Amino acid sequence: MRNILAMAGKELRAYFHSPIAYVVMTIWTAMTGFAFYLHLWVYTNEIFRMQMMGGMGAPPISLNDVIIRPMLEGFLLVVLLFLTPVITMRLFAEEKRSGSIELLLTSPVTDLEIILGKYAGAFLLLLSLIALTFVYIGLLFIYGNPDPKPVIVGALGMLLFGAALLSIGMWISTFTKNQIIAGAITLAVLLLLYILVWLRDVAMGSVGQLIAGLSLGVHIESFAKGVIDVSDLVYYLSVVFLGVFLTARSVDALKGKP
Amino acid sequence: MLAARALNDERRISGVWGAAPGDNRVSMIQVEHLTKRYGPTVAVSDVSFEVQKGEVLGFLGPNGAGKTTTMRVITGYLPPTEGKVTVAGFDVVENPIEAKRRTGYLPETPPVYPDMTVREYLGFVARIKAVPRAEVKKRVEETCEKSAVTEVRDRQIGKLSKGYRQRVGLAQALIHNPEVLVLDEPTAGLDPKQIIETRELIKNLAGQHTVVLSTHILPEASKTCQRVVVINHGQVVAVGTPDDLTRRLQGYETVLVTVEGPAAEIIDKLQRLEGVNLVEPRDASGPRVTIELHAERGHDVRPEAARAVVESGWKLFEIKTSGLSLEEIFLQLTTKDLGEQAVN
Repeated sequence: MRNILAMAGKELRAYFHSPIAYVVMTIWTAMTGFAFYLHLWVYTNEIFRMQMMGGMGAPPISLNDVIIRPMLEGFLLVVLLFLTPVITMRLFAEEKRSGSIELLLTSPVTDLEIILGKYAGAFLLLLSLIALTFVYIGLLFIYGNPDPKPVIVGALGMLLFGAALLSIGMWISTFTKNQIIAGAITLAVLLLLYILVWLRDVAMGSVGQLIAGLSLGVHIESFAKGVIDVSDLVYYLSVVFLGVFLTARSVDALKGKP
Repeated sequence: MLAARALNDERRISGVWGAAPGDNRVSMIQVEHLTKRYGPTVAVSDVSFEVQKGEVLGFLGPNGAGKTTTMRVITGYLPPTEGKVTVAGFDVVENPIEAKRRTGYLPETPPVYPDMTVREYLGFVARIKAVPRAEVKKRVEETCEKSAVTEVRDRQIGKLSKGYRQRVGLAQALIHNPEVLVLDEPTAGLDPKQIIETRELIKNLAGQHTVVLSTHILPEASKTCQRVVVINHGQVVAVGTPDDLTRRLQGYETVLVTVEGPAAEIIDKLQRLEGVNLVEPRDASGPRVTIELHAERGHDVRPEAARAVVESGWKLFEIKTSGLSLEEIFLQLTTKDLGEQAVN
């Protein structure tokens, strides 16, 4: 446990010592801000339109439906899809290039401790990103009263979605010494896994539906609605587990090489 | 956990005893019939040697001889294909954590993180090398002192000179006070002053630590090591103290003769001199020919060679003995046929 914490601390420090953390956080905040502004604009427009029509009897528009839910399930997931490769591409590629992987693998720590520590470091950066989103959503709680439960569930969904992306990215980062290549492959794989959901609408057979069911995008839908479905939870945790397992295999294979 | 540790210690002690019964020398590293293959390429083939406690062992060989591979197996970075390696009595394959706990390793390029400061870096390494939490700070300070990086400890490693970075690498290897130190080309790429400082540092480490260092520079081995293992093409070619090797290898004297005359005839004539074993033209391109004579040890062939040349009416320009430098010994060891002679 102590080794995992030491590794995680080192990774987190590496993100904040380099521009990576700041760049990722800036992009994320800008994108979230843009999405928030857009949805808020839609919302206020709707309110004005209703007031103009004098529809006092119409049901009030829910903040959850117009702002929070669209924010948590659409655009921001795609932004995450682009940002997670930036976070994970260095995890092993950088150590391989600089040779510091030799330090880690000759230290009295297990491979799993190294992997989990690195993963935890990346996860903490993701957690701080998602926390930033709640600066905006928090404003809604100050000036309005949205239902908090779907907000929390939606955030959990986003976190699980991100955790799955990180795990796949970490695995791909073990393939190469070149961070750019690791990042590009990760992005391609993640996009592909995300758009598998399109098969749902076009595929006829059950195989097509099954493949669509593997999409990273499908399982976020119920979270965004405020519902925790056990199968979705299991899906994301399985992806995380699979990523860690494949990383462990890959790190083991590194040792056979000169 | 405690019981397991106690058991391990017991096994360690008995293992050491078993290795050298009735001998108070304790072997800290044992490499037995180590072979390492990368696919079809054989990097190291059937290498065996031992390193005694407190000894500084030099690992000598040209680039690509298998030095780094052997060191990587000792440090547990690479698993051996065949054979067995133990460090402080612990098998590096079966008990890697215990073996690694007792090993400090400086790879060819110091494994540093350029974004960290020296202090942060050493703190991190101390933690993953199982230095008790309460002692981390103290150990970092001590190690900075020991490897002379105290004045730069708050600077970013990426901004340090190569010499300092190398010393930070050494500090990293020393941080957990390991019994065994494995240093891969510790002086590569340093300037002469830094090289001397690093050698001094390594010499001071001997006794408290068991050191294995690799180098392809011979004077380095003769200056810092008590014993040398020469390796070439993945095989051990010779083992001994530097003096020992020099004595054993200098089985003949070399004389260089520069003559103006017909090359073939000169060689023929010199070959027939008494005590001359081998005649080799060094440079026969111009009118002057330089010829190398290998003579039996203790037999100075210069007067006879000079007389032979002059009597034949050729012009003698230069005649001198050429002592075998360590570089030449090394070259001979690592050239195949002479290498075999060295083993005998």
